[in-house]
Amino acid sequence: MIRLRAESITRSLVTGPPFLFLFVFFALPSLIMVVASFRYPGEFGGLAPLAATRPGEDAGLTAENYGVFFGDWVYFQILIKSFGVALLTTLVCLVMAYPLALLIARSPKRHRDFMILLVVLPFASNFLVRVYAWMIILGDQSIFLRPVNTVLAYLGVEPLSLLFSGFAVIVGMVYVHLPFMILPLYTNLEKHDPVLLDAAQDLGANAWSRFWRVTFPLSLPGVFSGAALVFIPVLGMFAIPEILGGKDDWMVGNMIKEAFLGTRDWPFGSMLSIMLTLAVLAVAAAAAWLARQGTARA
Amino acid sequence: MRRTWWLWGASLATYAFLYVPLTIVVLFSFNDSKLNAEWVGFTGNWYRTLFGDEAMLGAARNSLFIAVTASVAATVLGTMAGIAMHRYRPRLLPFMVLTPVAMPEILLGVSLLVFFISVFGEQSLSLGTVIVAHVTFCIGFVAIIVRARLAGMDESIFEAARDLGATPWQTFRLVTLPLIMPGVIAGALMSFTLSIDDFVITFFTTGAGVSTLPLQIYTMIKVAVTPEVNAVSTLLMALTLTMIVIASRLAPDALRGQG
Repeated sequence: MIRLRAESITRSLVTGPPFLFLFVFFALPSLIMVVASFRYPGEFGGLAPLAATRPGEDAGLTAENYGVFFGDWVYFQILIKSFGVALLTTLVCLVMAYPLALLIARSPKRHRDFMILLVVLPFASNFLVRVYAWMIILGDQSIFLRPVNTVLAYLGVEPLSLLFSGFAVIVGMVYVHLPFMILPLYTNLEKHDPVLLDAAQDLGANAWSRFWRVTFPLSLPGVFSGAALVFIPVLGMFAIPEILGGKDDWMVGNMIKEAFLGTRDWPFGSMLSIMLTLAVLAVAAAAAWLARQGTARA
Repeated sequence: MRRTWWLWGASLATYAFLYVPLTIVVLFSFNDSKLNAEWVGFTGNWYRTLFGDEAMLGAARNSLFIAVTASVAATVLGTMAGIAMHRYRPRLLPFMVLTPVAMPEILLGVSLLVFFISVFGEQSLSLGTVIVAHVTFCIGFVAIIVRARLAGMDESIFEAARDLGATPWQTFRLVTLPLIMPGVIAGALMSFTLSIDDFVITFFTTGAGVSTLPLQIYTMIKVAVTPEVNAVSTLLMALTLTMIVIASRLAPDALRGQG
């Protein structure tokens, strides 16, 4: 009896503090966001009061912010474009990650940890540093670009300008997120039984069909979890389009940042954040579903 | 090893893609030229400029203070959360612990911005709010590592301690904690690294006059790029690298495949 009570006290002592902390600083702020997305903006930024202090003032709750989003093609377009950038980044990451993940998974066991460490190490640099590196490489003064532009000038062609473009944004996105694709792919590929490939070979399958009919289908769960790990953060990114892109390369994240720190229209920013959350949830659910389908078939 | 030449080729290209940009940043931090354009000659001047830059030093102090405070708090709370998730299998806690890790950072950043200002007022944004924000996303990483460590353990050890009359606190202090210690330390180092490197969440939760190293780098690359950025980047890289190496020594499985 005493032990039972001690057990339940221990349980609340262990579970309570982290739960309380995350309730106050994660759950509550998220709820406030949802409510804020249905409110009017305050006169000097922030939120308008819930109850009107003088006649004619906007107060209380409204669905107007959502109306603006769905009524104006521009915002919807930026959301679509963000999905496009995330999809393209994911595909490029997949194409670049797959050979490396496969090579590591098929290397002798004693080399694998080191090869994976080499993939993780660039993580040791700050996110902004990794973006900054591409400012140097893609800039007009860059050691890589100047020879190309000298040749182009000879031929009388306009010099190439790569920085502040959609191309630079994709390169930066791929660079920052590539390890997120390599790691889950490797974790999956490492578990494949080589006997399957031998069997396929004995049955007359060439390298091409061994890959597409054995290895790749089996690796689908890894592909989808890697895709989710790349797609989701890219969808919400604002720093890379801001630093490496031009004004045309804005994504949802840039609109959210602008609404909170630029125009200070909190309700609109909150609405955009809710839309982004819904998009992320949809992507996560899709990835989980696809991964389960992949496992079921394999 | 027939027909693997293309696998090697593609893999080496990917490794090069990962390392060439960072190598350039590091090399140019020693370059005797204001432009990151061509190699002129070796110099340590950019590091000297860096150590004479008051704003940068202040930002470094803030970054260290935030990282130490936030990682200590996140380690305590995250260890509790990891133990709770392993032992009691609560329903809501994993959701609250793991969501801040999985969602785009900007969402946590702006929701905390709205929360801090609407609950504590415009003036509340400060070192304190940054620390709280960092703890919020670091808890999850510590909890994942600690839970992974506990998952590989034999439950009968804890039962034995209890049967021998140990109180829950004694069991924790004398049995559980020593066993999960490598995980706890790895989680702490991971939190420290995440905190000192964080840009997005800090960006939204910081107040006037409170800068950190990543915020300082952000301002510099948006306003005026000089190799001083390369120098601070290189130092930050060295610091994080050390942390990762120590963490991977202590908990070799924790860093793999967790993303």
